[in-house]
Amino acid sequence: MKVSVDIRHSVQHGDGTKPDWDGIMETANHQEGEAAAVKIGDSPLESNQPADSLAASFSLLENHMFPDPVESNGSAAVSRIEPVNSQPPDVSAEHLGLDEKPPSDQVMKLDPEKTKTECQNDVSMQPADGTTEDDATDNDQSDSGEFVVTMLAKAKLEEQGIGVKGRSSPLLEAGTQESSSFTSHRDEDVTADSWRQHRKHVFVLSEAGKPIYSRYGSEEALSSTMGVMMALVSFVQSGDNIIRSVYSDEHTVVFLQKGPLVLVCVSSSRQSEQQLQGELLYVYYQIISMLTQASISRIFEHKKNYDLRRLLAGSEKILDGLLNLVDSDPSFLLSAVHCLPLASSLRDSLSQILQKAITPNLVFSILIAKNQLLTIVQEKTVIEDSRLEPADVHLLLNLIGASSAFQAGEIWTPICLPLFNPDCYFYAYISYLDPPECTVCLLLLSTDKEAFYSVAECKRKIEEAMMAQNSLSLIAKAGTYSVSQVGVSDLRHFMYKPFDVPDNYRQLTQFTSPEMEAPYSSEEEKMRLLDLYRYMHGRIHSTSRPLKLIYHVAERETLLAWVTSKFELYTCFSPLVTKACAITAITKLLRWIKKEEDRLFIRYPPKYSTTPNPSKSSRGGKSDQQDSTDNGFLSLL
Amino acid sequence: MGESLPRVHGGAQQHSDTLRRPVHTLRVKMVLLGSSGVGKSSLALRFSKDEFRSTSPTVGCAYLTQVVHLSNATLRFEIWDTAGQEKYHSVTPLYYRGAHVALLVYDITQRETFVRAQVWLKELEKQYIPGSTVIWLVGNKGDLAHDRQVPLEEGESLASNKGLYFIETSALSGEQVNELLQSVAHRVFECIGAQQGGLTEWQETPTVDLRHKDSFNLFASCCKVGP
Ligand SMILES: Nc1nc2c(ncn2[C@@H]2O[C@H](COP(=O)(O)OP(=O)(O)O)[C@@H](O)[C@H]2O)c(=O)[nH]1
Ligand SMILES: [Mg+2]
Repeated sequence: MKVSVDIRHSVQHGDGTKPDWDGIMETANHQEGEAAAVKIGDSPLESNQPADSLAASFSLLENHMFPDPVESNGSAAVSRIEPVNSQPPDVSAEHLGLDEKPPSDQVMKLDPEKTKTECQNDVSMQPADGTTEDDATDNDQSDSGEFVVTMLAKAKLEEQGIGVKGRSSPLLEAGTQESSSFTSHRDEDVTADSWRQHRKHVFVLSEAGKPIYSRYGSEEALSSTMGVMMALVSFVQSGDNIIRSVYSDEHTVVFLQKGPLVLVCVSSSRQSEQQLQGELLYVYYQIISMLTQASISRIFEHKKNYDLRRLLAGSEKILDGLLNLVDSDPSFLLSAVHCLPLASSLRDSLSQILQKAITPNLVFSILIAKNQLLTIVQEKTVIEDSRLEPADVHLLLNLIGASSAFQAGEIWTPICLPLFNPDCYFYAYISYLDPPECTVCLLLLSTDKEAFYSVAECKRKIEEAMMAQNSLSLIAKAGTYSVSQVGVSDLRHFMYKPFDVPDNYRQLTQFTSPEMEAPYSSEEEKMRLLDLYRYMHGRIHSTSRPLKLIYHVAERETLLAWVTSKFELYTCFSPLVTKACAITAITKLLRWIKKEEDRLFIRYPPKYSTTPNPSKSSRGGKSDQQDSTDNGFLSLL
Repeated sequence: MGESLPRVHGGAQQHSDTLRRPVHTLRVKMVLLGSSGVGKSSLALRFSKDEFRSTSPTVGCAYLTQVVHLSNATLRFEIWDTAGQEKYHSVTPLYYRGAHVALLVYDITQRETFVRAQVWLKELEKQYIPGSTVIWLVGNKGDLAHDRQVPLEEGESLASNKGLYFIETSALSGEQVNELLQSVAHRVFECIGAQQGGLTEWQETPTVDLRHKDSFNLFASCCKVGP
């Protein structure tokens, strides 16, 4: 079995003290040979010993979770052959720049320059970090040169067998499995093959090693597995290092420690470490949204081996729902919010309705249809020059989606928006406006825990105004759009995320995307396309070699990803498209988006003033915190 | 006490808001208490919509309403369904203070929920002023009689010892659910309705009732987490 371990020193290095990752890498490589490879921060001399023990611990972990004999005696040959076998030859080409790796690198992690500490996460807050791209819209020409490299890279890529396209069969299995066994993961037999074959396991444990959450199977049944994980983590911690990821032939194990919680993802999805870490962060945030960071810290300060499941009881479904969304909804990958396309006049009138129905201490009014944003109106002073972060919106949407109980009545619940303020609660009023269909949902956030009746009164005003304007039936007609509207025949799908909509107006990051239509209508194919996007995204945001443009000819489609200072774009074409066609298509697409902008995005979100009682503000010491909001966000995510 | 269940008489009917009559409408606050999973949300849904759906665990508190017409009054039930999770537990006393009715729900197929119901009762006893809260012990999931762990008699005897009303229901089949609400309506009206300031009148657009200090201070509570 091949194992490689990636460890980061918890002490952040300044630029001057960049450790020599490549050197370390090599050392580890030679020393461990076929057995294991370890990436460890700081001194290369020290890396030897932890490497052995860690590799041993990891083998133990793998044996715990995946005690498949073939895999454990698997030599390097097994690992090399497998991807090549599973991939039809001569079908793919990709623009890889100079990022080529020898085949054996699959099990090694060779992008070691993660010394940029803010890049702990894939989430694309920073446009193509570091690579300042010349102005976007007119560089079709300059970039087209890169397509040439594509052809050169073709042969190499085939050897390499990286990417996800050749892995369709395991993915398909995982995909169907996940959707069919959606409901009863808690009761799963953790010794069964089916349990092991889940594409992505997620575990949450406390620093003391107490199980808190497992995506599949009950935490009790898994406590020994979690114990091994914890042993790994604490072993590395003892040396002031923080374990970040472990790679084997089949799995990527990513660790994330946040305060007293340790989150672990064991994935065969071939996503990048940053992507997986970003997903773990969402899990962490969802927990925070229910309990707040402050109370979690307080609890564990009090009692190191507190069983947090007592507080999370009944909330597992929310985490399950989140992880299903993370797998199936690109909003999370893009850290942007998808809003429902709507005639701007209708959106404006809805915003005005919300704007008028206010009560003291109301800070956000959000209207949601079909799980997408219709409009969002916010209080002026609370969020003066900060915006609601997409991740907070995702958590809110997941909360609404995960609890069908919401449909039964009006809900009043404390909820923390971790990126807004991880230590305070808002009080969320949630109610559907169109029973019994329950597709249009109103979410009102107040900072006043006593405001239920007055906030509920706002809902009645909103309901009345919407009735008067016949809004519900207009909303019902709105929906996702078809890519055919763009009028480019080879274009099958795209995701477009502008960095600022519009005109530097700082607001919620959004993206737009058409419906996934044939050939991506089945769940399996949807997942396959998403995996391709994830792969492209991973390459674009690679911390070692971020790319601005990728032209990827896969077996059944051709993809083009492009990031500029103004937008991030992922497109999927039929496999027969030519480069020239693709370029023309993208030009057309950008033009179309520009034209439809008003309909596709929430452009001028209005504000209201409810003059909140400052003492009740959820942001607490607002003035000190507001400045650091952005930095805080970047370093957190 | 189980035997002495008030029977529903002909005059009582349950309607949705649309059939309001020109009589006083009084607000009744009813809170559902009990372990997670015993069927509180399912009962609440039955009360307000006469539906049964598979629900997810409640987040925070759900607020539902139902109007019950008695021959001489109309009661507007404001039903508070709690999450019953520990994170809300430390603050629940605040939540049920001021409620006119408390339903202590347990699952007849899970003995520990019956035990928990008694713990809830103890806490409730610490809070409520005798006579101001009508308490019902409700054994739910009556349709699962074959898995019964708590005999009917045991529920009955606990109720009579503690001076509670008792009923077994099934939110799933709907059995005894309407009966329960009707009984509650009668009992509340008899016990509290007549009292000075016992029940407040409901207006179409109720003004924020926060001056009513000792009523329902749920929101002071719902929200803090403590181990
Ligand atoms: N068989 C049966 N199941 C029920 C009944 N009431 C609720 N349930 C189920 O028990 C579970 C928990 O119900 P829920 O209403 O969410 O309980 P709560 O946590 O007390 O609100 C759900 O799966 C319901 O479908 C009942 O009367 N009979
Ligand atoms: Mg419930």
